[in-house]
This record gives sequence, structure tokens and C-alpha cells, in this order.
Amino acid sequence: MDWLSPEEWQAVALSLRVAFWATLASLPLGVLTAYALARWRFPGRQLLNGLVHLPLILPPVATGYLLLLAFGTRGPLGSLLQEVGIVFAFRWTGAALAAAVMAFPLMVRAIRLSIEAVDPRLEQASATLGASGPWVFVTVTLPLVLPGILAGAILAFAKAMGEFGATITFVSNIPGQTQTLPTAIYAFLQVPGGEASALRLVGIAVAVSMAALLLSEIVARRVARRVAGA
Amino acid sequence: MTLFVTLRHTFPGFALDVSFEAPPGVTVLFGRSGSGKTTTVNAVAGLLRPDAGRAAADGWVLFDTARGAWLPPHRRRLGYIFQEGRLFPHLTVRQNLLYGRWFAPKDGPREDMGRIVEMLGIGHLLGRRPGALSSGEKQRVAIGRALLASPRLILADEPLASLDEARKAEILPYFERLRDEVSVPVLYVSHSAAEVARLATTVIALEDGKTVRQGPAVEVLGDPTVTPVGARGAGAVLEAAVVRHHADGLSEIEAGGVRLFLPRVPHAPGSRIRVRIAAHEVLLSRREPEGLSALNILPGTVESVRPGEGPGAIVSVRTRAGTILSRATRRSTEALGLAEGVSCYAVIKTVAIAPEEVGGAYGGE
Repeated sequence: MDWLSPEEWQAVALSLRVAFWATLASLPLGVLTAYALARWRFPGRQLLNGLVHLPLILPPVATGYLLLLAFGTRGPLGSLLQEVGIVFAFRWTGAALAAAVMAFPLMVRAIRLSIEAVDPRLEQASATLGASGPWVFVTVTLPLVLPGILAGAILAFAKAMGEFGATITFVSNIPGQTQTLPTAIYAFLQVPGGEASALRLVGIAVAVSMAALLLSEIVARRVARRVAGA
Repeated sequence: MTLFVTLRHTFPGFALDVSFEAPPGVTVLFGRSGSGKTTTVNAVAGLLRPDAGRAAADGWVLFDTARGAWLPPHRRRLGYIFQEGRLFPHLTVRQNLLYGRWFAPKDGPREDMGRIVEMLGIGHLLGRRPGALSSGEKQRVAIGRALLASPRLILADEPLASLDEARKAEILPYFERLRDEVSVPVLYVSHSAAEVARLATTVIALEDGKTVRQGPAVEVLGDPTVTPVGARGAGAVLEAAVVRHHADGLSEIEAGGVRLFLPRVPHAPGSRIRVRIAAHEVLLSRREPEGLSALNILPGTVESVRPGEGPGAIVSVRTRAGTILSRATRRSTEALGLAEGVSCYAVIKTVAIAPEEVGGAYGGE
């Protein structure tokens, strides 16, 4: 990788790591939230829906600041988690948390749409054949929702790769620690002669995003074909 | 095993209040759409929680609202064959068939997969997914899936309604074999008199959410006061034995000592069959007709004349072959002086007996 400077390479690798963990760690919660919003009727459902969508509407810098207040070393959640050895502030884990929160609404929306598309009569059929609630979910609902989950995960990954505002507010822009691809591009543009580096990183961002989109298309088509039965 | 069901449930604008028993064999819930058949079956399946009621058989309680007992659907050990198949699209035919077995008790009796697959003729489909099956094939797989769950009770909600006539003719024999070869009781929903005539051991007639009549199929269908799908669907059922097949394409059958001719039936001489004779295909005459092209002329006595809502009436005639229903205009019943006790002749055109209304009689009768 001679064509990337160590500093540039570091930003790319960190971004991939942040996006990967942000997506993976938030996926189970994303599926649960989407299922609850799609299927359950409970008090506070609209509130939960609003809360999930908040990062989509709020200025990212505000989300970042709220994260800093909550998960900073002196924040209520941050100090609690510090006791058990988990630190978010100014670490790559913090960048992953910020990316996960920002990507969460996109993930939940995609999964929720596909859960709503599942025919509940198939789940009834499964129950009459002896499957209890959790088994119905694992053997019928989940496989049918898989295209939506994959689409949601890929969308969330792409969003996490590009997250800027909340990340820079929450965990700053420390090379090797919290400097992700977008914050690195920003940093290179602040110094004279950094345009070439910035341009190379922009190229990588374009390539990664395109690859993610293509991948999601291919996966969705495969799954759709399998379900259609041809 | 006899299943006892009583149910009360209220929807906006519709009240269901039924009570019936389903003895072994095929029990058909017979009525128009909207008469409460599917609601009843869904309550037995546990997919709908009725306001009040009880369903139990041999100390096996599915629900009993008075005692607060409610078995969730997955613990009821059912095989439910839905109108639209409801096969799992992401699983192969084989996986669909074996789905219920994953959850059935491991030590209980098991249907043999090879036997069921052969009975339904779906061996060549096992590797496919439901999307690649025809509607008739899907429905056969759905029957197999229900059977292989080793159910204690099979429910079927108009399993043929979404199929065209050719596919219906393809599936009906499988239900007959199900009735004759599988010992599990079947609760079958239908609004088709032909299906009822072919399959039912017991008929429960439903009208507007109420059970209006229940009993053996021949009795209920021969009762002119019971027309759950309207007078147009009326038709009595005769039980007969095949005597011989003639070279000109006719089959000769015998019922109560009377010989009748039908278009060729697939059943071997000596076998017991059931023949549904639609009421609108039966003519009545006071004198023995002569010079008529119809082959079947049965002497009998009028049991009852029941005027319908329109210009028609249903005349019930007792013959040696069994009760026959005839639909005629009120004008002609009056002109002929048809009334209880009057002797007359029932005339049935051979070609008016549709082959799909002839079925093997239930072995238990």
C-alpha cells in the first residue's frame, strides 16, 4: 500500500473497524426495535419511534454533544461504564458508538419495512404445526426478514463509514485513535498541501460506498430469488 | 375420538353461537361464506380466542373459557390445511413437509413420510421451493405437511376453494384417501355441496352463525329444510353399489334394489359409492312416463313440499333407493297436486349426474 501514507492508511483501517463494530453490535438491538415497532402495541411506542429517529433529524453535532454529556468520563453512563472498564470518550470505541447511534434509524427503518411485509398468516401456520413463539420467529420470520436485515446492515455500515459531525464532537479527531476517514479528509483540507491526501481518501470513500451498494443489491437479489423459489 | 365444540363469539355485526360434535371421519362445516365456518375452525385451532366456549375430546381440552383453560396453538397438535396453502416460501418442499415433525413429540406415533409422499404423488417435487409449484401441487404439499405433523386432529378450511375445477378434481381423491386411510378425525370447512356429498361422514349445517342441523351426511343432505347454501345448492345423496360397467360408457349401480345408470365411474364393480343428485336436475311426474330419453325413473312417495323464497319449491320424494330432492316451480307442484303422501315418479337424466359428484362411500358406513 505505497500509494497511501501510513497516516491515510490508518484512517481507512480505523473507519472500517469502527463501521464494522458499530454495525455488528447494534444489529440485534436494531432487529428487536424494528420488531417491536412493527408488531407490538405498547404504551410509549410513538416515543420509542421518535427516539430512534432523533439522530436522523437532530444536527449531528447536537447528537455528538449529547453523547459526550452521557458517555463522557464524567457523564452518568460514562462514569458507570468506566467502573467496569469500558471507556468511550476519545477512544475508537466512542467513534463506533457515535456511528452506531447515527446509523441506527436507517437500520431500523429497513428492517421494520421487511418485517411489515411478512405475511402473519405464515407465522400462524407455523404455530399450528407446533412452533412456539421464539421458534416461529427463528424458523419463519427471521429467514423471511433476512433481505431487510442485510439491507439495513449494509446501509448502516455505509452510514457509519461516513459519519462526521457526531464523531468529531464526541471523540474529537485524534490520528490513530479517533481519526476516521471523513475526519481525516477534513483534517487534510485544513493543512497546506493536504489536498492530494484528501483526494485519495475521497476516492476510497467512493469505492467503499459503491461496493457496499453493489453488495447489498446482489445479496437482495439472491435472497429474493431463493424465496421466490425458482 | 369425538370432538365436542361449543362456541360463542361476537364480532361487530355478527354473532357466532355454535355447538356440535365431530365423530371420527370427516366432519364438514357446511354453509355460505360469512356463516361462521372459518371463525369456528380458527377457534378450534387457537388462532382466535372466542368470548366463551369449550372444545375437548377424550379429556383432551383445547380450551374451556369457564375454567380459564387455553392451550396455545402450538401445543394443540393440529394439522391445519389452509385455503391458500401457506407453504413456507423459504423452505423446500421436503423442509415444508418435515416442518411439523421438528416440533412433534419424539416418542409419539409418526406418519411415515414415504407413505404420505406416495399417497399425495409429490415425490418428484421434494427438492423444489413452493414458488415453483402449481396451485394443485402446493395444496397437496400443504396436505402432506399437515399430516406429517402427526396431528391428533386435522382442520381444513376450504382447501379446494382457490383451485379451478380441474385442480379440484385432482385433489378431491386425496381427501377421500385421507378419510379412508388415516385414522385422524378431520374438521373440514366447505360451501360446496358436491364436496360435502363426496367427503362428509358427518355434516354440520351453519346458517348466520348458528348450527341449524347436524348428523350423517346422507340424512342432512336429504333434508329439504336444510339448505345452508340456498335452494340452488340442494341435492340428495344416494348410497349405492356399482353393479357393472357397460360398453357404451355407462355404469350401472344399485341402490335399495333399484337399478340406476350413470356416466362411467372409476370405481370397481362391487364397491360402495355415493352419488349426489342435484335437486334442479330431477323432474317429477304423476304417471309413469313413457317414451322419455331419461334412463332413470324411480317410483316414490312425496314426503314434503317446501316452498322457497322465489317461484320455486323443493319436493322431497321417498324412493326405494333413498330420499331424492327435486326443485320445481310452485306452479307445477300445484298443477300436479303434489302433496305429502302422493305417489309420483322421479326422473333423472343420466348425463345430469356429474362425475365429480360421485365418490367412494366412507368405509365406516
